[in-house]
Amino acid sequence: MITAEWIYWLAGALFLSTGIEIALDRSHPKRWTNAMFWILLGLSFFYGSFLTALPHWPLGIAVIAMALIAGCGLTCAGTVTTTTDPEREESARRKGNLLFVPALTIPAITVAFAVGISRINFAGRPLLAAGQETLVGLGVAVIVALIVGIVLLRPQQPFVALREGRRLLESVGWAVLLPQMLAVLGGLFTQAGVGTDVGVLAAHAVSEHSRILAVVAYALGMALFTIVMGNAFAAFPIMTAAIGWPVLVVQFGAHPAPMFAIGMLAGYCGTLCTPMAANFNLVPPALLEMRDRYGQIKVQVPTALALFAVNVTFMSVLPFI
Amino acid sequence: MLPLFGVAVVVAGFSLRRNPLLVVTVAGVVSSLLAGISPVHILDAFASGFASSRSVSLAFIVLPVVGLAERFGLQQRAKTLIERAAGLTAGRLLLVYLFVRQTAAALGLTSIGGVPQMVRPVIYPMAEGAVRRAHGRELPVRVTDHIKAHAAAADTVGAFFGEDVFVAVGAVLLITAYVDATYHLKLDAVQIAFWAIPTAIAAFLIHGFRLLRLDGTISAMLASEPDDAAGGA
Repeated sequence: MITAEWIYWLAGALFLSTGIEIALDRSHPKRWTNAMFWILLGLSFFYGSFLTALPHWPLGIAVIAMALIAGCGLTCAGTVTTTTDPEREESARRKGNLLFVPALTIPAITVAFAVGISRINFAGRPLLAAGQETLVGLGVAVIVALIVGIVLLRPQQPFVALREGRRLLESVGWAVLLPQMLAVLGGLFTQAGVGTDVGVLAAHAVSEHSRILAVVAYALGMALFTIVMGNAFAAFPIMTAAIGWPVLVVQFGAHPAPMFAIGMLAGYCGTLCTPMAANFNLVPPALLEMRDRYGQIKVQVPTALALFAVNVTFMSVLPFI
Repeated sequence: MLPLFGVAVVVAGFSLRRNPLLVVTVAGVVSSLLAGISPVHILDAFASGFASSRSVSLAFIVLPVVGLAERFGLQQRAKTLIERAAGLTAGRLLLVYLFVRQTAAALGLTSIGGVPQMVRPVIYPMAEGAVRRAHGRELPVRVTDHIKAHAAAADTVGAFFGEDVFVAVGAVLLITAYVDATYHLKLDAVQIAFWAIPTAIAAFLIHGFRLLRLDGTISAMLASEPDDAAGGA
């Protein structure tokens, strides 16, 4: 059975190869700290598959070490030799629309896995682990797309794809680790009881008599808590236990389905505004090599505010019809 | 209430523009210590949190494919294509992308699109190509940054407010699972997905309207910057 662990090893191998390439690159300005960051990241992806059998603390130390290496400014991008703009213009003329094929192979195969291949059995057992079809599909899609790309584009050395991967990974830099660190923080906050504290504060703030104020408190709580945690999923149970269920559903008789569905989307408006949702708001600017790393959030805030107002309006009408 | 101090660390760290990795690590350690969690357990939590969140980093495995195609001129090809499509401005192109991204996500096809595999290699170069064609000049970094920000934002808004219309998505299942388990209701996932539709339409109208105004904004930005500042920082 193919499981997501295999795909994590694929990612781990990519990070390891990036680290090894940097270690071999004499021209890299911060060669050893950078190599250490990527090699630790790669090894951690493998180690994470065996946490049931191995002690946890070495991985904990590795994660904190990566955060400190990158957090103290000991990483930066090296210069990776790639093609020049005129070479690319020339090659684009020769290859034409074939250039789109490798990139489009990825969504095509991922979708095929999510929709169809998940039902195939092999030797009486499902070929793919349940619930992991998309992750496994992505992994297979990347390998197929890589082969397609090498066959169609004919690079002089096939391994050039790994070097190009390193170029892009280095341009993202430490932001690669941030989404996972935020997930760690979410877990720590939950263990430490931050959520319950916020719920208590929110419940205090709600008036017992005004329906509209309770709706606003629920929506605003969702958005603000999402801004702090970077994730509406973390906010939902807490705000629903504090206000959504006891006040809006039980006391004011709201229909649960529209109230909770739109309440979650009010939280999404918070996601659009927060650097804590790093994989949505900070990694793309890094990937696009933007000078202003907060530029995407600035563009999203007006949409988030307008949509939040619309959501509050919906929430004060639709669940009470 | 002591663990809330960790939240304060996050807010302070981000507003002082400290490195986010450092802020997050310090905030996590501080909140846990204040809550009386032992250092060994904190290390364990870092390990298990990292291991169980590895799926968010899988988006990066597409980068070798994207980088390979870029090496052979993918971005340049995308620009050439857009130069032939007269009338397709940056704003209208991103509006079409927003529509496609949101519709695909609503059908459960969230893997269509995404910044690493679509926006960086194809959508952004097309949007930039459209602006270049319209204005016939090099673009200052302030303008390219603005186009990049809007290209990434269209992707995020489309994915967020499309996926909840699909029944078998994390958010919908989380709502039904949590509510059913805690309050003994029998919420139907289809109902939750149905009530996400009004917000999805509103999101498309609001963000789409802003995209249609993007071309005007870019023209105004370019008018305020003389041409000889082109490419400069």
